[in-house]
Amino acid sequence: MFGFIISRLLQAIVVIFAMSIIVFVGVYAIGNPIDVMIDPAATAEIRDNLIRQYGLDQPLWRQYLSFIGNVAQGDLGRSMVYNTSVTGLVFSRLPATLELVLVAIGIATLIGIPAGLYAGYRPNSFSAKAIMALSILGFSVPTFWIGMLLIMGFAVHLGWLPSGGRGDEGRFLGISTSLATANGWSHVILPAINLSLFKMGLMIRLTRAGMVEAMQTDYVKFARAQGLPDRQIVFQHVLRNISIPVVTVFGLELGSTLAFAVVTESVFNWPGVGKLIIDSILQLDRPVMVTYLILVVILFVIINFTIDVVYARLDPRVRLGGTK
Amino acid sequence: MSDVATTRAETLAEPVAAPIETRAMRLKNFWSDFRQSWVAVASLVVIVSLLALSFGAPLVAPQDPYNLAMLDWLDAFLRPGTVGSGGYVHVLGTDNAGRDMVSAIFYGLRTSFTIGISAGALALTIGVSIGLTAAYFGGRIESLLMRIVDLQLSMPAILLALVMVAVLGQGVMQIILALVFAQYAYFARTTHGSASVERGKDYIEAARSTPLPTYRVLFKHLLPNVMPPLIVVATVQVASAIALEATLSFLGVGLPLTEPSLGTLISNGFRYIHSDRYWLSIYPGIFLMITVVAINLVGDQVRTVLAPRHSR
Repeated sequence: MFGFIISRLLQAIVVIFAMSIIVFVGVYAIGNPIDVMIDPAATAEIRDNLIRQYGLDQPLWRQYLSFIGNVAQGDLGRSMVYNTSVTGLVFSRLPATLELVLVAIGIATLIGIPAGLYAGYRPNSFSAKAIMALSILGFSVPTFWIGMLLIMGFAVHLGWLPSGGRGDEGRFLGISTSLATANGWSHVILPAINLSLFKMGLMIRLTRAGMVEAMQTDYVKFARAQGLPDRQIVFQHVLRNISIPVVTVFGLELGSTLAFAVVTESVFNWPGVGKLIIDSILQLDRPVMVTYLILVVILFVIINFTIDVVYARLDPRVRLGGTK
Repeated sequence: MSDVATTRAETLAEPVAAPIETRAMRLKNFWSDFRQSWVAVASLVVIVSLLALSFGAPLVAPQDPYNLAMLDWLDAFLRPGTVGSGGYVHVLGTDNAGRDMVSAIFYGLRTSFTIGISAGALALTIGVSIGLTAAYFGGRIESLLMRIVDLQLSMPAILLALVMVAVLGQGVMQIILALVFAQYAYFARTTHGSASVERGKDYIEAARSTPLPTYRVLFKHLLPNVMPPLIVVATVQVASAIALEATLSFLGVGLPLTEPSLGTLISNGFRYIHSDRYWLSIYPGIFLMITVVAINLVGDQVRTVLAPRHSR
């Protein structure tokens, strides 16, 4: 087991380094950011000073090494557009994204699980089929398009909710969050619904599949023979048994929700890290691009590593197969 | 081995027992199974019509929307159903440059289809080659290749595409490459899965014992038998390539306005969302949605028909 963890840990480190080189070299190849940032009318002296200040006169491998050296000290460079430290920038945007992701997952769970339970309980009813059809739409219709429809319907046409941006922040348990004010909630609700639809579709399908399977098992038959009402069977016995795989898959999907937030944040002008990365690609803000991409790669490598270790702990075959 | 031989001998002795299935018969059987679902048949009709409209756009569309000489600024923002200076009805209205929306959508659909299909085909070729190689050679090559594939599969496609777009920049070729990078792993995984099963079978062993070159065994003997699940993956991946390209273009990191796809059109219309000029973004979006959902529904039915319990 220990050997397995060490070998997977080494693999994870190799992957992070490989990706950091790909991203760094690739992003470098896009073009000279100086051309974009500096006023064409600037003197050659100002140009040269700026190029030297950002270290762009150095060869690529030296830039990469100094980048890695700085990263090791917790310094990911300065944004060329905002002229602040990238770490500070990313972390100042992170709370907004986390708020959005949390509310979205909350909505997906609160609607997805009951809908899935119902669709699995009466699989042949009309409502169950309607739920399944909706979940297919949630999977296949592009997120940005649904987001646009939500804005058109609820913000422009009905005028009930704001069309974008983040609301006022308030303090809750010492944390500054827009979820502490009513205005904040009115801003978060549309983007959160938008972001939740894909997860909701997934949740409905998972819960339904588990429910259909569980209703045919012996323990449900015995509970019925015992005379328990269906309500109690479903909520006390079945729900508990199907919640394990549902929660597992959902935990794994957390990372991809963060990635999908890129789209929703851009549609709703939500000031989170997703919008930051799109803006930085458009403005060729290299340090921000590199930092975001590497941080996300690290996040996914950590998630994968955890899954590998947990599975190996549970299933000896994985462990033995992996260390040979 | 000897069991199989006797069974085959018996079959040959009594030809009536097991009729030999020709390619045409298999296709006919597939079709008769496929049309069991009217939704799938309708979707297929929709896809074929959209393909015809988009690739026949120069013949069908009332206007060449990217010939600037034909555009008139006075025609800008005409409501759907208005007659413009061209003397014909703009069924879906016009955009901010006075472009007929019907024409813009047909041409945009053509770009979306071209990109989706080429990305799908390229991802299929690369993914299948990797999957077959890994399954056939096994050992270190297999574990290295499949480790990379699994790593990519664990990351969302939109993220991989964003990395590539950030690295490559914008343009048609760049987008196709980004989509291929985001999607080849699905093909590689599926191919590897069924190819590792097939590899252990006798006919591959037999083919390997002949002096046939490796590539011939791989592509002539192994590939046809791993094809069915790939057809399903290919359908779904073309749909998601079209949706992904639209998303990237909508975000402004995809296609430039000079080569608009449906996503670019929607992105352009999104700027006017607060005025009531809904037709600029709603109609291209409806076409995008219909395209993606129709392809997925066809893919669903193909999956059902090809499922093992279904085959005779």
